[in-house]
Amino acid sequence: MKERTKFLLMVTVFLACYFVPWDSEVVRRSGLEAFMMLQEYAREHVLTCLVPAVFIAGAISLFVSQASVLKYFGPAANKILSYSVASVSGSILAVCSCTVLPLFAGIYTRGAGIGPATAFLYSGPAINVLAIVLTARVLGWELGLARAIGAILFSIISGLLMALLFGKDDSSRAAGQIYLPEDTGKGRTLLQESVFMLTLVLILIFAAFAPPRQGEEGLWAIIFEAKWFITAALLVVLAVILKAWFSKQECIKWLEATWGFMKQIFPLLGAGVLVAGFLLGRPGHPALIPDHYIQGLVGGNSLAANLFASISGALMYFATLTEVPILQGLMGAGMGKGPALALLLAGPALSLPNMLVIASVMGVRKTAAFSIIIVVMSTVAGMLYGWIVS
Amino acid sequence: MEIKVLGPGCPKCEAAEKNVKDAVAEAGVDASIEKVTNAIEIAKHGVFMTPAVVVDGEVKCVGKVPTKEEIITWIKK
Repeated sequence: MKERTKFLLMVTVFLACYFVPWDSEVVRRSGLEAFMMLQEYAREHVLTCLVPAVFIAGAISLFVSQASVLKYFGPAANKILSYSVASVSGSILAVCSCTVLPLFAGIYTRGAGIGPATAFLYSGPAINVLAIVLTARVLGWELGLARAIGAILFSIISGLLMALLFGKDDSSRAAGQIYLPEDTGKGRTLLQESVFMLTLVLILIFAAFAPPRQGEEGLWAIIFEAKWFITAALLVVLAVILKAWFSKQECIKWLEATWGFMKQIFPLLGAGVLVAGFLLGRPGHPALIPDHYIQGLVGGNSLAANLFASISGALMYFATLTEVPILQGLMGAGMGKGPALALLLAGPALSLPNMLVIASVMGVRKTAAFSIIIVVMSTVAGMLYGWIVS
Repeated sequence: MEIKVLGPGCPKCEAAEKNVKDAVAEAGVDASIEKVTNAIEIAKHGVFMTPAVVVDGEVKCVGKVPTKEEIITWIKK
């Protein structure tokens, strides 16, 4: 952080301390809501959902071969494969901000061209395991699923549209040697790696298993009763797998990668939850911003509501995962389900700072086209989803 | 000798830069170390994953933080 930034931050905090009417009823209520929401996350979502998910993200970053994915982005790669891999590779490659921009610039200037590059650019932040899992957990599985499907489709469609609009510029790409990370043999078969990943995912699913509705019987209730036994059994399986197939060195590296993600994610998410709680409150509890403003802007499922949600999503910057508590607050205050999806689809992939950086790589015209494509598609998807679920 | 560390400025890239500096100090070679953060500049080297280390125009490692010992073997001739 620059010294000037630190100073400005300090001045801002000072002014807030000085001028905010802390003893007014509304501010007190909002302050309480901020911590109530933080506690809700700490109690409901951290141990059973986020912690397993972070371990999965750590395992993916370490044990899934990145070179095997990257070869589909080379200049000679099959186009259909390029697009399909780009649309889902966010879940594998983009768990670190180090990767997205250089990889995008690389694919665009030296690799498979503008189509797959923008497909990757969109899918990178939008389809990460943590984001989808937390969305499904906090906002309901329907929205989580809609987000996952929407993100994959958007990625492919926006890539194809960009290739259609600007594809002829690709011929001016510089040719030359490209360097990919070496494919380090890990001494495990694909089957072994899949079993390992599957065990991790199952632990996440069972640990985060939602309670059945009141009075509901059947398989769901039985699984819920037994969830901790199943989770414990799976943890034993995991321990056996680690002992048998992984060296001690690899386990330590896995812990280090997981710790890296925790440091990256938890402080920002905590701050995001506090801000969302302060401004919007938990569902059913009003805070600083009155509910009727939210309902007026993004309530229901009108074109205006969806368009407003996707444009503000496209301009706003969301730190990793913070879009979830913010949406939870907004939906609790009366935001419609359609606009919520619109914001989820336009939000994480685009932001004003992000647009400036993209523009430095592919120019203003292409960046504008990309942003407009995403905003239009998000609006349409929001309306469609709002219409389906209502 | 000219060493470039490519990376947009994430923790991993900073770790790579620190290892390069340590390695140069330990090996006692005369080298200029340049940090490249611009994405287009990085892409011009044909590098898709960062951090990457380039020694005298030759890409030595991509997508991981090299250890100090590795770097010393690249710069000691």
